[in-house]
Amino acid sequence: MQITGSEAVIRSILEEGVETIFGYPGGAIMPIYDALYDYRERLEHILVRHEQGATHAADGYARVKGDVGVCLVTSGPGATNLITGLANAMIDSVPMVCISGQVASPLLGSDAFQETDIIGISMPVTKWNYQITSASEIVEVMSKAFYLARTGRPGPVVVDITKDAQFGMVDFKYKKCTRLRSYFPYPKVKQEDIESAAILINNARKPLLIVGHGVLLSGAQKEFEDLAVKADIPVASTLLGLSAFPTKHPLYVGMMGMHGNYGPNVKTNECDVLIAIGMRFDDRITGDLKRYARQAAVIHIEIDPAEINKNVEVDVDVVADARQALKALLPMINDNSHADWIASFDSYRDEEYKKVIEPKIDGSNSGIIMDEIVHLVSEKTGGNAIVVTDVGQNQMVGARNYKFNKPNSWVTSGGLGTMGFGLPAAIGAKVALPDRQVIVFTGDGGFQMTMQELGTIAQSNIDVKIIIMNNNFLGMVRQWQDMFFEKRYSFTEISSPDFITVASAYGIEGCRVTKRAELDEAIDRLLNSENSFLLEVMVEKEDNVFPMVTAGESVSNIRLE
Amino acid sequence: MEKEFTVNVFSENHIGLLNRLTIIFTRRKINIESLTVSESHIKGIHCLTIVINSTETLVKKIVQQIEKLVDVLKAFYYTTDQIIYQEIALYKVPTEALTSGSEIEKIVRDYSARILEVTPEYTVIEKTGHKSETQELLNKLKPFDLLEFIRSGRVAITKPMKELMVHLKEKEQEFDYTNS
Repeated sequence: MQITGSEAVIRSILEEGVETIFGYPGGAIMPIYDALYDYRERLEHILVRHEQGATHAADGYARVKGDVGVCLVTSGPGATNLITGLANAMIDSVPMVCISGQVASPLLGSDAFQETDIIGISMPVTKWNYQITSASEIVEVMSKAFYLARTGRPGPVVVDITKDAQFGMVDFKYKKCTRLRSYFPYPKVKQEDIESAAILINNARKPLLIVGHGVLLSGAQKEFEDLAVKADIPVASTLLGLSAFPTKHPLYVGMMGMHGNYGPNVKTNECDVLIAIGMRFDDRITGDLKRYARQAAVIHIEIDPAEINKNVEVDVDVVADARQALKALLPMINDNSHADWIASFDSYRDEEYKKVIEPKIDGSNSGIIMDEIVHLVSEKTGGNAIVVTDVGQNQMVGARNYKFNKPNSWVTSGGLGTMGFGLPAAIGAKVALPDRQVIVFTGDGGFQMTMQELGTIAQSNIDVKIIIMNNNFLGMVRQWQDMFFEKRYSFTEISSPDFITVASAYGIEGCRVTKRAELDEAIDRLLNSENSFLLEVMVEKEDNVFPMVTAGESVSNIRLE
Repeated sequence: MEKEFTVNVFSENHIGLLNRLTIIFTRRKINIESLTVSESHIKGIHCLTIVINSTETLVKKIVQQIEKLVDVLKAFYYTTDQIIYQEIALYKVPTEALTSGSEIEKIVRDYSARILEVTPEYTVIEKTGHKSETQELLNKLKPFDLLEFIRSGRVAITKPMKELMVHLKEKEQEFDYTNS
């Protein structure tokens, strides 16, 4: 029996095991929305308030669920509104399939109403994209889209479907895509690379492990921990690798990079073997490349061959899925002990605690410090919540202070640094895993970029705990102005509406805290609330995030103040 | 140090691939000196020949990025001494210039060019060779009221003996298509 192209799209999504999609209807996608109406019991649709919100929600959904996030939008402005979210997913390797409507194929290229060349526009920010102009292409292209989004190094895919293809009729026989002639997602582990890596690791006296996003993407947390424990190697995390390794693990020494921890940054330039897994040596991790781990033999385990030697010249590369590589590596690794080396991180940890962390969380400051808030939330949730952040100081403070117990519990915009990511990503995370507590830390700036998504929360009754840390500034930019632009606060002071009133207009409960004495109770109220809750904390206006490896500096020269 | 590289890309013949490919260059602000697209000797596989000036470090990274494209089967880069290459150039001169003396015919002979077409109004000359050769002929013909000149992108045959299908078979052996 023949069905419409539109129904074929919906059924393809269901065939791929997707339970929830995020979208916004419009003219050119109406036939698919019409088909969705018949499937609304089987395929949950979350109506967002802006298509960018749909992309970030799909992104958050994908990150915590470990599967593809799906967006459905219309042509023209609906499609162009995807771009930031696509770029974000692209640089952070998040699997997404975004379906956009398009004008009917005879109108293509005619500047028709709401026509835009979304294939051309989205090319640099997608792993793959394709325009369907006939219903007969739908099954093959949809299965290819999901296959490409989730395999290899994951990424976002755009499928643009003309209106006539949506209306067309087609026989529906779904066949999952399992290979393409020109696509090589999983490099086989080469035994000789594993042997070279094992020799270096077994002979290392001062090895250091970096856990990246790739470990989470390949589900290699256990194998990673096994390696760290067996070879007794201290573990540092990238920003996106957070939650892959328990924060309180005795081998965990902290986060790498610009606002990472003191020890791992300094020790990068002291270790003899640096083992980086599922990461890409971003400039926010490495600082000055000329002064990055020059003394160390570098082992890079990474699925994407194009990342090898891109930024850091490595001694041994293992091009493979992190889990496959670790499984091959583990049997070759000797039981080892590096007690002295691991203990050598202690003094750095203590110094950082004394100079940076303690003064921020001990209540000695007159104003509330962001770190106090995250620290309290971390304690009260036992490190078991899913933590989402926006971008900027709130993000770095979140990364530095939450102590993760469970993997895939950290959702943040890493590579792109997308302000406005937090709230919609939290929506996606909660929808993906409704049984987990989802908390979003955001700033007054980033929150205002996508706060229309409070409407999504209200309409779809999504339980997201929102904590706005309000310093009346675009805090991170202000910090840079303070440190590098002679305190010339050029347009970083930002006013906000009464967030509590805004929330209440959406029927969302909230409260504002201005005094430290009220903080503890307010957080309890937030965590124990039955539905969404917005907590606004007025924080110290001009507090800076430290430690900091200033841009272009060596990681050794990380500043504590 | 910058020098000339020829990048050979073997790909599916899919709409949009050329765009995806050029983005890789433009994003890094590398100018494409010439570009030729044609079918390869294997049915369904297209070959793109791209000439750029770059450093080897950068061209290596670019080739890695090209190979990452979903529709690309394999990409290579060569220095000029690793390939046999030609470009074709066409020159249009007024036929009058030929009839008023034998000089053009001598130039055509000297440069191993050939006359493709003669009409009462114009004559078309063809020359294949390296850019320097077709350029030299251009300079020679300019004084004869040259009307039009066009040079193609580079076509190149590589010196290494390993055949594309062997490369592809090897590559297939190195990868899995699902993560089992």
